[in-house]
Amino acid sequence: MSDRADVIVIGGGIIGTSTAFFLRRRNRSVILLERGLTGQQASGVNFGGVRRQGRALSQLAMSNRALDIWYQAKSLLGEDVEFLPSGHTRVCYHAHDAEYFHRYAEQARAYGLDLEVLDGAAMFRRFPFLGREVLAASISPRDGHANPRLAAPAFGRAAARLGANLVENTEIVRVEKEAGGFRVESATGAVWRAEQLLICAGAWANALSTQFGEPVPLVARGPQMAVTEPVPYRFMHSMGVYTSIKEESVYFRQIPRGNLVLGGGAPGPADATTRRAGVLPGNTVQQIAQFRRLVPGLAPLHVIRVWSGVESYLPDAEPVIGPSTTTAGLFYAFGFSGSGFQIGPGVGETLAELLDDGQTAIPLEPFSIARFGRAEPVASVHASTASEA
Amino acid sequence: MAARTGLNVVVIGAGPAGVRAAQTLVAAGLRPTVVDEGRRDGGQIYRRQPEGFKRSYETLYGTEAARAEALHGEFDALRARIDYLPETLVWNVGPKAVHLVSGARYQELAFDALIVCSGATDRLMPVPGWHLAGAYSLGGAQVALKSQGCAIGARTVMMGTGPLLYLVAAQYVKAGATVSAVLDTSTFGQRLRALPDLLRMPATLRKGLTLMGALRGAGVPVHRGVTPLAIEGTPEHGVTGVRVKLADGDELRVACDAVALGYHLRSETQLADLAGCAFSFDQAARQWLPEVDEDGRSSVRGVYLAGDGARVRGADAAERAGRLVALAALQDAGAAPSGTPAEAARLRSELARYTRFAQGLRNAFPWPAHFAKALPDHTVVCRCEAITAGELRHVVREMGATEANRAKAFSRVGMGRCQGRFCAHAGAEVIAAEAGVPLEAVGRLRGQAPVKPLTMMVSAATQGVDDAPGRAREAGLTAQTQAQTTAQAQTTTQSAARACTSPQTQHGAPCAKEFSE
Repeated sequence: MSDRADVIVIGGGIIGTSTAFFLRRRNRSVILLERGLTGQQASGVNFGGVRRQGRALSQLAMSNRALDIWYQAKSLLGEDVEFLPSGHTRVCYHAHDAEYFHRYAEQARAYGLDLEVLDGAAMFRRFPFLGREVLAASISPRDGHANPRLAAPAFGRAAARLGANLVENTEIVRVEKEAGGFRVESATGAVWRAEQLLICAGAWANALSTQFGEPVPLVARGPQMAVTEPVPYRFMHSMGVYTSIKEESVYFRQIPRGNLVLGGGAPGPADATTRRAGVLPGNTVQQIAQFRRLVPGLAPLHVIRVWSGVESYLPDAEPVIGPSTTTAGLFYAFGFSGSGFQIGPGVGETLAELLDDGQTAIPLEPFSIARFGRAEPVASVHASTASEA
Repeated sequence: MAARTGLNVVVIGAGPAGVRAAQTLVAAGLRPTVVDEGRRDGGQIYRRQPEGFKRSYETLYGTEAARAEALHGEFDALRARIDYLPETLVWNVGPKAVHLVSGARYQELAFDALIVCSGATDRLMPVPGWHLAGAYSLGGAQVALKSQGCAIGARTVMMGTGPLLYLVAAQYVKAGATVSAVLDTSTFGQRLRALPDLLRMPATLRKGLTLMGALRGAGVPVHRGVTPLAIEGTPEHGVTGVRVKLADGDELRVACDAVALGYHLRSETQLADLAGCAFSFDQAARQWLPEVDEDGRSSVRGVYLAGDGARVRGADAAERAGRLVALAALQDAGAAPSGTPAEAARLRSELARYTRFAQGLRNAFPWPAHFAKALPDHTVVCRCEAITAGELRHVVREMGATEANRAKAFSRVGMGRCQGRFCAHAGAEVIAAEAGVPLEAVGRLRGQAPVKPLTMMVSAATQGVDDAPGRAREAGLTAQTQAQTTAQAQTTTQSAARACTSPQTQHGAPCAKEFSE
C-alpha cells in the first residue's frame, strides 16, 4: 500500500473510521492510522446510546445528520451494528430539572428534534416500572441505541473495502507541515504523507495538536459501565437520569438478547499513556443503588461484568471539530466528553464534506479549537449525562 | 519469634492451601482474615457437608478421609484466632484492598499482604449437545454427591479425561449410582509414557489404579482413546445419550440421562489477574498462568498465590504450597519465625515431587486441543451466551479477530455469566485453529470484575449493624436510597441465590431462568 494519500486520518475511533468511509465514497484516497485496533477505546467501550436529546442545541444539526446515517447503517456498511431506533427517555428527580425538560423540548423543536414530556400519573402509566421518586420524563421516539463494540470496526472495514489504507497497531509520535502537505511519523520511524491531515485521536489528540501550536486542556477519564445477565426483553427505551448531581446519574438500555447495560455516576481513572482505565468498585455499588432507585423491580438481577476505557473530556464538555487556526489543511475532531458515539458518523460525513469541498452547511464555529486560545474563562461544564453516548 | 501482629494478611479461600496458609500465619502470631465463598471450609476437594448431614468421613472422602478430617479439625481449632468470613465473595481486587460481597452487603477490606488460594475448576472442551440439561462438569457431579448426597442422573456417563474422571465414576459407583460408561479420550500408551513422572508418587498412583480396578469390578464399561461426537437429547427432555468414536474407529452410543464432562482442571486465575499479576504462557499446559516464584510470590509485591489456583498439583501439594507461601509473606514482612529457612527448604523439595507428578498427569491425561479444530460449526462454544463454533470462526475469518479479546468483542464468546471461565480455553483453541496461529498468539481474556455475578441488591455495609469481625471498613458510600427496596427484595434474592448454587451453575452452566416472571 502507498505511503501517500490525499488525506491522513490519525485515530481509528468512530470519527476516524466514518470519515475515512465517507472520504472514500467521495473518491479521496485515505490512510487511516490507529495506535491499537479500530474502536477499542472511547468508541468501543461507551454505553452505546444513539441519543440526540440532551445535547447542546449547537450539536443538533450534526446529530440529526448522524441519526440519518444510523438509520441507514446496515445498507451503508453491509453489516449489522445492532442499531435499535426504539426510543430514548430522560427522567429526573428534581422540579427544576422537570422545568428544564419542558424548556429544552421547546427549544429543540426548532432544530428538528421532537420530544414529548410527561409528568406524574401520565408518565407512570407509560413507564409503570419507574421508581416513585421520578418526576418527569422526556421522550425522544426516534433515538435509540447501538452496539459500540461493532460500530467503529464496521465503519473501518467498510472504508477498507472501498480502498482506504487501514494501518493498525501504529502509534504516531510526530506530525508536521512541510512543502506540499503533511508528514506523519510513527514510533517505529515509518512515514506517511498527505495533503490534508485529520487528527481525531481522542485522549491522545493533545500531544499531536500541540505540535501545531494548539494545546488543549484535554483530560482522560473512564466511563463506569456494567452489564447484567440476560432476562426477557421488556425495556425498549434506552433510559437515563438527568441531574446536576453526578452521583445520581445512571442510565440503562436492554438489548434484545436480554442483557441490561448500565452506565453513569462518577467517572473512574484513565491513563492515556498506559491505555488503561478502571472501574472503581465503589462506583459500581453506587451505580447499582441508583439503578434500584430508578427501576426498583430490577434489583434481583446480577451484574456479570464491568468495564471502562479511555475517553477524553474538555472543560466545557463540547468537542473540538473543524479546521486548525494555525495550519492550513489540518483538521481536528476530538474531546467529545463522553458524548461522541451517536454524533460520530455525522461528524465523519461532515468532515469528509469539509475536506473534500472546503465547506459544509453545518455550523462548526462553536466547536473551534480557537476557544481554548482565548483569555476569558470557558463556560462551566453543563449538567449533561456525560458518557451517555 | 519476630511476630508483628500489625501485619494485615488476607487469605482468599479455605481449601487445603488457604487453611494451611492461615495456620502458618497464626503460628507466627498473626491474626489473618480468611475469606471464603463456601458456606463451610474445606474447599472443593474436602467440601464439608451441610450441618445436619451425618455421613462419615469414610463415606464422604474414601481414601482421603484422614486428610479431610485433619484439615477440618485444624481449621476448627484456628477459628478463634482468625477472622473468618464464609459465604463471602471476593468480586474485585484493587491495590491493597479486596472488595467483598456477603449476602447483599458490600465491603472493602484492606490488606498488607494478600494470599490467593482460589483453587481450580474443570477444564472443558465443548462437544455438540453439552449445553443440554443433564450435562454437568465432573466437578459439578462430585459436588452434588459430596454436598447433597445426590447423583446427577439415574444413568450417568463420565466423559473426558483426568484423574477426576475415574475418581468421580468410582465415587458414584460406591454411592450406589449407575455409571453406564466411562469414556476416556486419552490412551493407554499416553499413560505408559507418563509412568516415570507418575512413579514419583507411588502411593497416589496406586490409589488411581485401585479406582480403575473398582470400576472394572463393578462392571462399568471403560473405553480409552475415544473421540466424543455428541451428547444427544432435546431441549425439552435433556440428555438421552452420548455418542463417541472408539479407538478402533467404531461408533458407540451409550444411553443415559446425565453426563459429566471434564479434561482435568484449570486454575481459577481471575483474582490474580485483577490484582495485576503478570501472566505467561505455559506451553506444556497450553494455558496462561500467573507468574510465581518457587514460593508463590506473584509479580505484584504483597500478592501471593498458592494451591491449584496458581498451578494444578493437587490437594496434598496445595497444603504444602499454602504453608510455603505464608512463610514467604512472613519473610517479606520481616516477621518469619526462626526455623523458617529450613522449613521452607523442606516444603520446596517436597513440592518438586508434586510438580513432576503433575507433569506426569498432564501427559497421561492430555488436554485434547486438536478436538477444537474438528468441532462442527453448530457446536455451542460459549454456553452462557449460546455462541457456536461457527459464529466464533466467522469473526476470526471475516472480521480479522484473531486475538481473544477482539474475538470476544465481536462474537460475545466469554462475555456471559461465567466470564469465560468455562469457555475461554476451548474458545482460544478454536480461534488459533481457524486463524492458523499458535495458541499463545491468541492471548487471553482480560479479567474484569466481578469475578462472579454481583447481586444488584448490594449496598455498602451500614455503621452499627456491621457484625463483620476484623478490619472490614466502611466503604464511604451512603445507602440512603435503597433501604426500603432492599428489605422487601431480600427474600427474592435469597431464593434466587439458592437456585444458583446448584452444582450445574457453579460449574458454569447458565442460570438465567430465575427471574423469568
